[in-house]
Amino acid sequence: MNGNSSPHEWHGRYYHVDQILDRPGPRTDPSFSAGDVVKDFLRNQCKILVIGAGGLGCEILANLALSGFKDIHVIDMDTIDISNLNRQFLFRPKDVGKPKATCAAEFVMDRVPGVKVTPYYGKIQDKDDDYYMQFNLVICGLDSVEARRWINATLVNLVDPDIPESLKPLIDGGTEGFKGQARVILPTVSSCYECSLDMLNKQTAFPICTIANTPRLPEHCIEWASVLEWPRVMKDKKLDTDDPEHISWLYNTASKRAREFNIEGVTWSLTQGVVKNIIPAIASTNAIIAASCCNEAFKIATSSAAYLNNYFMLIGTEGVYSYTFEHEKRDDCPVCGGQTMDISISRDWTVDRLIEMLVERQDIQIKKPSLSTPTKSIYFQAPPQLEEATRPNLEKKVSELVEDGGEMTVTASSLPFNLSLRVTYT
Amino acid sequence: MIKIWSMKKNEDAASKRKPKTSAAQIRVQKDLTELEMPATMKTHFPDPADLLNFTLTITPDEGMYKGGAFKFSFAINTNYPHEPPKIKCTQTIYHPNIDLEGNVCLNILREDWKPVLNLNSVMVGLQYLFLEPNADDPLNKEAAEELRKNREQFLVNVRNSMRGAYIKGVQYDNVQAE
Repeated sequence: MNGNSSPHEWHGRYYHVDQILDRPGPRTDPSFSAGDVVKDFLRNQCKILVIGAGGLGCEILANLALSGFKDIHVIDMDTIDISNLNRQFLFRPKDVGKPKATCAAEFVMDRVPGVKVTPYYGKIQDKDDDYYMQFNLVICGLDSVEARRWINATLVNLVDPDIPESLKPLIDGGTEGFKGQARVILPTVSSCYECSLDMLNKQTAFPICTIANTPRLPEHCIEWASVLEWPRVMKDKKLDTDDPEHISWLYNTASKRAREFNIEGVTWSLTQGVVKNIIPAIASTNAIIAASCCNEAFKIATSSAAYLNNYFMLIGTEGVYSYTFEHEKRDDCPVCGGQTMDISISRDWTVDRLIEMLVERQDIQIKKPSLSTPTKSIYFQAPPQLEEATRPNLEKKVSELVEDGGEMTVTASSLPFNLSLRVTYT
Repeated sequence: MIKIWSMKKNEDAASKRKPKTSAAQIRVQKDLTELEMPATMKTHFPDPADLLNFTLTITPDEGMYKGGAFKFSFAINTNYPHEPPKIKCTQTIYHPNIDLEGNVCLNILREDWKPVLNLNSVMVGLQYLFLEPNADDPLNKEAAEELRKNREQFLVNVRNSMRGAYIKGVQYDNVQAE
């Protein structure tokens, strides 16, 4: 069982990769078991999830398959657009309109014998904890902050201190034009995606009064059309930036305004770019970031070398600059920060009694706590209307509102962020 | 892989399980329950179970807008606080920085929004607009022009508009506080 037994293997297939796996190097971790054990893990046991089959995803899938990962799953909710073909090299003109995940999986399986790629065409939010629990590693090549926040929170939640395998390293790659980053997140151990949310570049937004009164750029005219004119003229009709008719309307409206103010440069593609916040994708940036992500996946899966700690950034706008640093975990992070407490109370306890107990506890020093479950508010200290609406709950039994083993989120001004309470009843 | 798994055992101080409440939801709960609302501001939740959509009423107790009650709708999406809350004035009011559609020109709602800001900062910002309307960033150009050129007339217009008068062909909503 050294990974060379299947009919797909041929002599020397993994010659180069095996140079790393057959013997330790000077900086190899002591837990590394050179030779068959590690090769068997990589090639026969390790299950990896790739989220996104776009610019980064195509590169990631190819890299993983060629470095010896054999059980790869891929999720993507998009279909292939003709404009993807210049860099998303697993797709061909005949594939336009088909799901990215499915096409990418077929292409890789066809090209790299013995690799199984399981596609899912849909949203990451469709899948539950059991689904994510089956993987050893997760790599993201996403273009959305929202999706990253979701998977990050999901993987942090998945960690169960009693089950070591529940810790799924998350490797997150991202690119924007000539810039990119790759990072390794060990959920609950190292800084998570939410910890670094305030590092994100903010989306370009123009002051609304400039848009309304003193447009100077074609972008100002396009923003005027989408932010001010669309809601004024179309009322409650929602702007769909994927609908060519909507983009045409914006383009015509913006062009008219541009003529009025003698501004040049409003085009159909700029209109689409501004409203969809499109930044031109650069194939080589994707290749560098994907390579870095896959390199980390390989090192983590095999323990053959020290992995990234924990943030690598690349700036290729002027020359090639890169910087690696350790992003620190934030104590007040709403996802991985805060405290967790298990409490055991009687089934007869009221919410009021529970709050009293929380306030009295010396170890948490809490003042005026507000409580909720993932689905409902239990008691809010403010604003007055919500306090009033939740006040009747004070008299209710906690056990009527929260199931045994259920969790509550507690926030209070005295807490840096929040406290999670897991309640069991005696 | 083995190394990652074994490191977890040494780190059990960091071991936590969190409820399935989204980060945006927790953040909104924290923002809302720690609001220190002066007597001049009041929130209303049409559905108290929905923390992401509500209205704010501002009743300035000084300045030229004293006596009015101004309503704003707040819509927070699941990407909060990466994205700012969407805020609109639900009445037609005469204000240099608020247009007739209810769009508000306040820097922290767009170009200067940061995740470290919170609902309290936004509410304070809105209240400030009624104490110090700013003629340099106009959304209602006529109102801004008037404020710049003829402050006395502007004050008269503000008072009349709050009673529901027509000003330069536009009928404003009666926003007098009860």
